[in-house]
Amino acid sequence: MDDNHIVEIRELVKRYPVGGGHFTALRDVTTDVVVGEFTGLVGPSGSGKTTLLNIIGGLDAPSEGSVTVLDMPLGGKNHKELAHLRREGIGFIFQTFNLLPVYTVFENVEFPLLLMGMNGEDRRSAVNQALEWVDLMDKVKSRPAQLSGGECQRVAIARAIVKKPKLIIADEPTANLDAENSHNVMGLMVNLNRELSTSFMFATHDEKVMGYLTRIIHLIDGRIDEDEQVSKPKYREGK
Amino acid sequence: MLRFLIKGVFRDRSRSLFSIIVITLIVALTVLIRGFMAGIFDDVFRQSAVIFAGHVKVTTRAYAEESDLLPNDLAILGSDSLVAALSEEYPDMFWTPRILFAGLLDIPDEQGETKEQGPMMGFGLDLHSPGSRMVEIWELERKLTRGRLPERPAEVLLGETYAHRLGVEPGDVATFIGASMYGGFVTYNFHVAGTVSLGITGIDKNMLIADLRGVRMALDMQDAAGEIVGYSHDMFYDDEGSVALAVNFNEHVPNPENEFSLVMQALRDHTQMGAMVDISEYAIGLVLFIFMAVTVVVLWNMGLMNGLRRYGEFGMRLAMGETKGHVYRTTLGEAVVIGIAGSFIGTAVALPLVWYLQEIGLDYTGLFEGMTFVLSSIIRARITPDCYYLGFIPGVLATVAGTMLSGRGIYKREMSQLFKELELEA
Repeated sequence: MDDNHIVEIRELVKRYPVGGGHFTALRDVTTDVVVGEFTGLVGPSGSGKTTLLNIIGGLDAPSEGSVTVLDMPLGGKNHKELAHLRREGIGFIFQTFNLLPVYTVFENVEFPLLLMGMNGEDRRSAVNQALEWVDLMDKVKSRPAQLSGGECQRVAIARAIVKKPKLIIADEPTANLDAENSHNVMGLMVNLNRELSTSFMFATHDEKVMGYLTRIIHLIDGRIDEDEQVSKPKYREGK
Repeated sequence: MLRFLIKGVFRDRSRSLFSIIVITLIVALTVLIRGFMAGIFDDVFRQSAVIFAGHVKVTTRAYAEESDLLPNDLAILGSDSLVAALSEEYPDMFWTPRILFAGLLDIPDEQGETKEQGPMMGFGLDLHSPGSRMVEIWELERKLTRGRLPERPAEVLLGETYAHRLGVEPGDVATFIGASMYGGFVTYNFHVAGTVSLGITGIDKNMLIADLRGVRMALDMQDAAGEIVGYSHDMFYDDEGSVALAVNFNEHVPNPENEFSLVMQALRDHTQMGAMVDISEYAIGLVLFIFMAVTVVVLWNMGLMNGLRRYGEFGMRLAMGETKGHVYRTTLGEAVVIGIAGSFIGTAVALPLVWYLQEIGLDYTGLFEGMTFVLSSIIRARITPDCYYLGFIPGVLATVAGTMLSGRGIYKREMSQLFKELELEA
C-alpha cells in the first residue's frame, strides 16, 4: 500500500442476497483515498454510498475485490480485528449525532478514549483539546438535551476527532442542521482537515457539504460514474 | 470504563430506578418469605421439640431403643450433675431433665372410692428450679384453661379434655397408679392445680404435667431422669448444628456398647421429624426457586425493554469500535451493580420486618377470642443466617440471567445495518 494512501479499493463488488438471487450494491469499484483528502460520495438513494462507507468502516465485508484501510486488508478479518480498526483509526459522525443522553458533553467526548484504554490524565487533556477545537469549552458539563442541534453535532465531531484518527467517516452530517449550523459544522471539519491532515469521507446529498469537498466521487447504481477533483470548492475558502 | 458505565446507569433513572425498585421488592419478598417460612416451620419444630424430643435429647442407649415404652428403669442416674456438665460443655443450649411416665389416674369420690379412672401420659418437667424455662416454652400460662399453675411438687396440671372426661376440678385429688423406676407398684396422690389445653387432641385427652420433684418422689427416681433435653436459647431449631452437636457428643461417649451409656439424638432423629426437616428445606428451596424463575422472567423482559431503548446507544458503541463481547459484558457488569444495589436495599428493607416478626410477632389472638388454639396464636418469622445473603441470589443472579438472555440480541446485530439503524439513510 502506498504510504500516502489511507484507503485502497480494488475491483470491489458487494452483493446482498435477495430472495433466491442477489442484489449488487457495488460493482467493480476501484479507487484510493489519500491522506488529508476531503472526499464526498454523492449519488441518488440506492447508489451504494452507505454500502461503500460501511465497507471502508469495517462494518460490512466485500463480496469480491480487496479493500485496505490504514494498511489493514479487510478481507477475512474477524469482528474483533475490525472493531480494533474502528476504535483506533476511524472516527464516525452520524446524521443524528447519537450522543449518549445521560452523559455530559465532556463524558461523551471521553467515551472513545475509554474504549482505547487511555489513562485519566491523557484523556482529560485530549478531551479538553477536542472541545476547544469545536469551541464547546463552556458546555463541558451540559447534557445533550441542553444543547442545540449544531452544538450536538459539534460534540459528535469532537468525539470523532478526540482520538486523532486518520480517517473520519461522516454520513449526511448536516442532514439535521439548518443552513447556518451546516456551514459552521463543515467549517469546523475543514479546519480539522487542514490542521490535523485528517482524511474525511462523506456520504451526502447536501449541496452545502459538496461545496466544501476537494474530491467528489459520483456513484450511480453501485459504480463510480465520475471521480472529480475540485480545485476550488465553493465554500471552502470563503466560509 | 466500568465506572463510566455505572455513572450512566445511575443517571438514567429508567434504567436504574425502575430496575432497582423491582429487584428491591423481589429481594425483600424473598427475604420476608424465607424468614416467615423459617418461622412457621420453626413453630412446628418448636412444638415437637417442646413436647417430644428437644432440639437434642440425651438418654441411655437402652432407653433410646425402647423409648416408646417409656422405660424409666433405663433412666439416667446422676442426672443433675449431667445437666450441669452439659451446660458447661455446650453452653449454646440450655439443658433440662424430664421424666415421661405412664400409668392410671384414679379419681376418688368423697369416700375415697374410685369415681373415675383412665390411662394417663405424664410429663415430669422442671417447673420450679430457678431459671427454668419450662413454663415459658410450654406456654403454660397462655394455655391454662382453669385453675392455676402448680406451685408445689405434688401439684399437677391435667389436659382439659382429660379433666373433663374424668370429672376433675382444680383442687381435686388424682391418684397416680403405676410402676416405680425399680419396677415396684406405686400409688401417689397428686393435687390438680389447673387444666391446660395444648391443642393437640392425642396429648390433651390423657395428659398430666407435673413438677419434676413430684414425679421423682412418685416414681422413686431421685437424681434420675428419663431424658435430658437441650434447647437452643432462642428456641430456633438449627438442624445442622444440632446434628453436629449430637455427633460430637456421641463420639466422646465412653463405652458406647454399654446399654447404659449415654446417647444424644437430634430432633431430626425422631420419628418422621427428619422427613419434616427435609420437607421444610425443600419447600423453602422450591419457593425460592419459583421466585428466582419469576424474577428471571421479569428481569429478562425488563432487559429486553432496556435493550430496545438502548438500541441506538449499543449501535453507536459498536460503530465506534467496541466489540460485541465488550458491549455484552458491560451490560452484565451493569446488571451486577444494579442487582447488588437492589439486593442490598431489599435485604435492608426486609430484615427489620423479619426481625419485628421474630421478636414481636403477629398476635392474632384477638381474632379468635375464647377459642382454644391448636397452634401458637403468634405468628413469628425468624432471621436465619441465610436471610443476610439469600436475597442476593435472585437479586443478582436473576438480574444477570435476565440480562444474559435479553443481551443475546447484541450478538445477533447486523453490523452492516448500523448506519441505517442509526437513522442514516444515504
